[in-house]
Amino acid sequence: MIYLDNAATTWPKPPGVAEAMLHYLNNVGANPGRSGHRLAVEAARIVYATREAVAGLFNAPDPLRVVFGANVTEALNLVLRGLLHPGHHVVTSSMEHNSVMRPLRELERQGVRVTVVGCSPQGSLDPTLVEAAIGPDTKMIVLNHASNVVGTLLPLAEVGRIARLHGLLLLADVAQTAGAFPVDMQADAIDLLAFTGHNSLYGPMGTGGLIIGERVDASLLEPLKRGGTGSRSEREEQPDFLPDACESGTPNGVGLAGLGAGIRWVQERGVQAIRAHEMALAQQLIDGLRAIPGVTVYGSLDATRQTATVAFNLAGMQPSEVGLRLDDEHSILCRVGLHCAPAAHKTLGTFPVGAVRFGLAALNTPEHVRTAVAAVRQLAKEAR
Amino acid sequence: MTAHEYAVILVHSTSHAMRAEKVLCDQGIACKMIPVPRHISSDCGVCVRILHQDIDAARRVVEAASVEIESIRPV
Repeated sequence: MIYLDNAATTWPKPPGVAEAMLHYLNNVGANPGRSGHRLAVEAARIVYATREAVAGLFNAPDPLRVVFGANVTEALNLVLRGLLHPGHHVVTSSMEHNSVMRPLRELERQGVRVTVVGCSPQGSLDPTLVEAAIGPDTKMIVLNHASNVVGTLLPLAEVGRIARLHGLLLLADVAQTAGAFPVDMQADAIDLLAFTGHNSLYGPMGTGGLIIGERVDASLLEPLKRGGTGSRSEREEQPDFLPDACESGTPNGVGLAGLGAGIRWVQERGVQAIRAHEMALAQQLIDGLRAIPGVTVYGSLDATRQTATVAFNLAGMQPSEVGLRLDDEHSILCRVGLHCAPAAHKTLGTFPVGAVRFGLAALNTPEHVRTAVAAVRQLAKEAR
Repeated sequence: MTAHEYAVILVHSTSHAMRAEKVLCDQGIACKMIPVPRHISSDCGVCVRILHQDIDAARRVVEAASVEIESIRPV
């Protein structure tokens, strides 16, 4: 079996991840930050170590401005619903996932003005179009770092500079790049960084969060939920300091133990080395698929301009059938359809049919790619 | 003159205590995370114990790391 659905979640995880989670469950177990006894302190240490690892990976100066949550969707909702209000204007791209689009469409209904800047049919974004969309009421630019459909990288650093120039905040959705491509909050001028733990940071599902940059006035950020934090327990009002202001309820300690181990694995390999490995695999896959008659590959077709996520279609066969036959006949697991990103598929010209997506990750090999390309070649023959 | 050998730094939450401990350690200031002593009231279960003589240096280091100090109490 070859797992090529890494853009949805990476699998398998490095061995240290499950070990760290088992250690937490079997030997630590306590509620982090809720008591002063040794197991609670050990639990808090594990969670804090993951906070530091996250801050370090993204070059964020203050680990206390790392807010953990269930996933990147929660982080994006926290920012969009917490900082944007009726009368505000927000700019985004036409390559966004529904984790950005759906909260924005709801905010639009409530009176926030939303501008969706069109991307090219290859999924790339011209930063000057973003700048042109900025108006007097614009508060924020929201951008994914790379498309979850075709992997195309968006010019985050350039847009970050534009945001700074106009006094706006840049919210970056790095769900597809964190751990697989260098992300630097300072160099890329990112004010709010929303990440998921279960993709290329190799943590378990149920982990993710938000890093709140120094330019953001956190007191303006309306929390999604309020509740127990283990701090200020004598008060019935929510604490106003980070991370507690935005971290109510028992955290996913087990998951954060795993996420810490995942990030350590990424750091040991090195993000640059992972990027080089994935780039080579992606180009091998793009070239292999493009050489098959009847196959259309979407996106940049250039691995230097995208992540290791490649989408394609096969003439004469629906994506759903391609996916089913790859699974049944070739034991290759991938994702077909619209990938929770209708706007991106409209941009690419693949709406409403969708596409077949192969998502590669650090643990894939050239042999996996060869086998996958051979399987598609076999299906292409049968489709004709 | 003081009769106290140690002081404890009280902060808002356990994450803040962890951060304080880390930056103190990085600066070579001896410290240890301990449960908040019973006679001191604090909303967070743990605090950072330092040598009494290091109070001023520790305050500077912790505040420079943007960790708000509730109070520093001799123990």
